[in-house]
This record gives sequence, structure tokens and C-alpha cells, in this order.
Amino acid sequence: MTEKEIKKTSTQSPSVIPLKAKFRVTVIFFIVLAFYLFSSFKTESSITEFIDGIGNMGELFQKFFPPNLSLFQAIWPALADTIQMAIIATTAAGILCIPLSLLAANNVTTNKILYNIVRFLLNILRTIPDLVLAVIFVALFGIGALPGIIALVIFSLGLLAKLISETIEAIDMNPLEAMQASGANTIQTIYYAVVPQVLPQFTSFVLYVFEINIRASVVLGLVGAGGIGQILDQQIKFYEYPNAMGIIIIIFALVVIIEYISTKVREAIV
Amino acid sequence: MMHNLPPKPKRSTFKTVRNILIGVILAGIYIWTFMGIDIDFAKAVDRMTNNYARIIPKLLDPDWSALSDVWAAMVETIYIAFAGSLMAAILAIPLGFLAAQNMTNNRVLTTIGKWILSAIRAFPDIILAILFIVVVGPKPFAGVLAIAIGSTGMLGKLYSEVLESIDTNVVEAMEANGANKLQILVHGILPQITPEFLSYAIYRFEIDVRASTILGIVGAGGIGTLIVFAKMNRNWEEMGLILLMIIVVVTVIDLISTQIRKRLV
Repeated sequence: MTEKEIKKTSTQSPSVIPLKAKFRVTVIFFIVLAFYLFSSFKTESSITEFIDGIGNMGELFQKFFPPNLSLFQAIWPALADTIQMAIIATTAAGILCIPLSLLAANNVTTNKILYNIVRFLLNILRTIPDLVLAVIFVALFGIGALPGIIALVIFSLGLLAKLISETIEAIDMNPLEAMQASGANTIQTIYYAVVPQVLPQFTSFVLYVFEINIRASVVLGLVGAGGIGQILDQQIKFYEYPNAMGIIIIIFALVVIIEYISTKVREAIV
Repeated sequence: MMHNLPPKPKRSTFKTVRNILIGVILAGIYIWTFMGIDIDFAKAVDRMTNNYARIIPKLLDPDWSALSDVWAAMVETIYIAFAGSLMAAILAIPLGFLAAQNMTNNRVLTTIGKWILSAIRAFPDIILAILFIVVVGPKPFAGVLAIAIGSTGMLGKLYSEVLESIDTNVVEAMEANGANKLQILVHGILPQITPEFLSYAIYRFEIDVRASTILGIVGAGGIGTLIVFAKMNRNWEEMGLILLMIIVVVTVIDLISTQIRKRLV
């Protein structure tokens, strides 16, 4: 190394990130920024509007407060409906997902074609928003809890089957092989080698999906699929904002309580 | 043969009592559920047999003449999701730092941060959209705000988990060398967290695209607006196209974002 080179390296602070990467990051940054500016232009959401919006927060408080919490008694039946819908949907999805998740696990379903078809169907299932499913089922079955439950089942089925099939794929294969080697049939192998390994995760995921279903069933009523959302929708349409805020706060409390319980149970299981 | 060892008797009785208790509670919940839920199956099945032919075949036969309208609405949905996600990705940074135990070194602040984040997460996006529609009116901006606030809860939590898992040796070494707080942040912490922060932000964008598709149902812009119209006009061919559009676009965005995230982390 010549003296000049040494001087050069010592004066220039050595860059951890190579120049090419820096250039690329800068370009990506500007693309993201440009697309953001374009998006906010298209959705008419500018910084000034946001500040206006914050200014409107005062207005919001005036409209929504004081929230009317005294209607708890009146809305309890609808709230109970919401919880019951979530419970039924989660149970149904929990049962239905078992065969599906076995089919979507590549260590149980060794048939590549079948495995890929099931995976593909599950992925499609998860892309359809639950509220859209609810709109269609309300048209099919009429207003009530049933279309809401079916929408929740279908939506949570995709999610649950994906989570559980991933758990099944990660299990220890040695017990399975040992059982197959000693002549157990498929059902026996699944029951004695797969179930004990998957059960804690399964319970935890079912509870997690229950949390999601509670949050989803709260809003299903907005499209007529039963539960508390229906009342919330009415109150907003009648401009009864204090009542609406009361309902929103009650929903909030419900979600927080159920999430707290479910998190504690899940921590105890896994 | 660890499994054949007899368990300790005391624990065993505790377990049986616990299991019986769990069983009783579960049975109680299910009895309450099935007694309480009010479903008229006969009527529902009756309606379904009447409506089936009017809806399902049409859903499977999309009305391609509406393609340009549906595409425009889908693009608006993506704008809403993008603007909202980016806002959330930035808003979540201070909250993530606040909720990370090793960043604040203060139990009270951390607890406050975690509480704020879980409070935000408890609100369904669509309820936030209803609130923001009252504030800014029924337009896409309400959707953007709903997505921005709704995503902040989850992103903030994920950010704080990333921050709590960073390698503190680097930070300690820099402190020992006399680096100030800003230097530690820029050279010690940021390089460790940036890829994961970006990865989570992109992941949240995937979720937000899905969430934005329904915001229009309450009037907050995007393709949901068309869903409401198609439902009101019983235009199930258009609904079929909307569904197809949502499935294709969401799948494509998921694929792209998974690829980007694989390269990031």
C-alpha cells in the first residue's frame, strides 16, 4: 500500500454501505415517496387536510360526546348475538379446518397435485374480505345471524387451515415414521403421532381466530348480517352520535376483555 | 421412556380439577350460545332455494363491460391502502420506540405505549372509518385515515418487538466509546431494525389492501362503494367481477410483497 492510498483510506470515512446499494435505496425511496404523493393526491388526503381533520377532532368530540353508555341494557341482546355468532363460527371453522389443514400440509399429503390445489383454494378463500362474503350471504339467506356466521366460517377457515397446516408441516416426523414402520394405519398415525404435537398450537390458533371473529362479527351487522353492527348502523343513520359512541365504547370494551382472556389462555397453553 | 413415568399425585389432582373446570366453563359457554342464538333455518333454507338461481350463477359469470369502472375503483383502493400504510409506517415508529422496554428504560412509559397500541388494535378498521367519515365526510380520505390509524396499532407492536430483540452489544460498545444518543440511534440501532421495519410495513400494506376493499361499504371510498351499488341494484354479474378483481389483485400484491420481503430480511 502506497502512502497516498493509506492517506486516502484514513481521511475518507469508510462507508459501511456500498455506493450501489445507497443509490438503489435512494431510488426506491423516491419511487415510494412519489407514489405516496400521487396516492394522497388521488385520495384527496393532503397534509393540510389532515391538519383540518385534527381541527375537526374538536367537532367530533362535540358530536360524539358524552357517549350514551346507559343503553347497555338495551343493546345487550345484540351484543350477545355478536359473541354467539363468533363462538359458533369459530367452532365450526375449528372442526372444518382439520381435514383441510391435513390436506394442505405437505408432510401428510404427499400427493403434490392435491396439496397444491388445496393450498390454492385456501389462498383464494383468504383474499375475499369477510364483509363481502356477508353481503352475498345476506342476499342469499336474508337478514339475520346465519349469513354472518357462514361468512365468518368461510373467512376464518382459510386463515385457520393455513396456520394449522404450517404447524403440521413443522412437526417432528420421527414418531410418524416409527408408527408407520410398526404398521399403524393413516388414522392411527394422525391420532397418535400428529394430534399430540399439534394440539397446543391448534388451541392457541383457534383462540386467535376467535379474537379476529369477535372483531369481525361486530361489524357484520353493517351489511345486515346480525349482531351489534346493525344497531350501530341505525344509530349513525339517524345521526344519534352519542348513542353510536356509546355502542363503539361498549364494543371496544368487549374486544379488549375477550382479547385479554384469550391472550392469557394462549400464554398458559403454549 | 419419559412418558411412562407416573406424574406427581398432587399435580395430577390439580390437573383433573382444572380440566373439569375448563370442561364445565366450555359447556356453559356453548349452552348459552346455542340457547341464545336465534336462527330460523327453515326460512333461511327456503330463501336460499329461491335466491340461489338468481345470485350464484350470475356471480360466476362476471359482467366484463364494467371492467373499467371496477378497475378504477380497485386502483383507488390501492391508493387508499398505500397512503394509509405509509402514514402508519411512520406514525408507528415513535409509538414502537415508546413501547419497547429497552428503548425507554422506564416501565411506566413502556406500559403506556403498549396500552395505546393495544387500544388502537381493538378498534375494527371499519369502525374507525365510520368515525372518520363523521369528521372529514364520506370520501377516500376517511378511508386513508382509518387505515393509517388502524395499522399503527399492529405496526407499533411489531416495531417494539423488533426493537426489544436487537443486539445490545453494539449499543453498549458505542456507549463505551462515548457516542451520543443520536449517534447510537443512527449507527447502532437503525441498521439493525431497518430491514425488519420495512418488511413489516410491506406486510401491513398487504393486509391494508384487503381492509380497504371493504371501507367503501360505509362510504369511505374504494371498491367497496361499488359493492354497495351492485348489491342495491342486485347486479350480481358486476359483483362477480368485483370479487374476481379483489381476488386477483390481492393475490398479485401478496406475491410481489412476499418476494420483496424475502429479499429484505
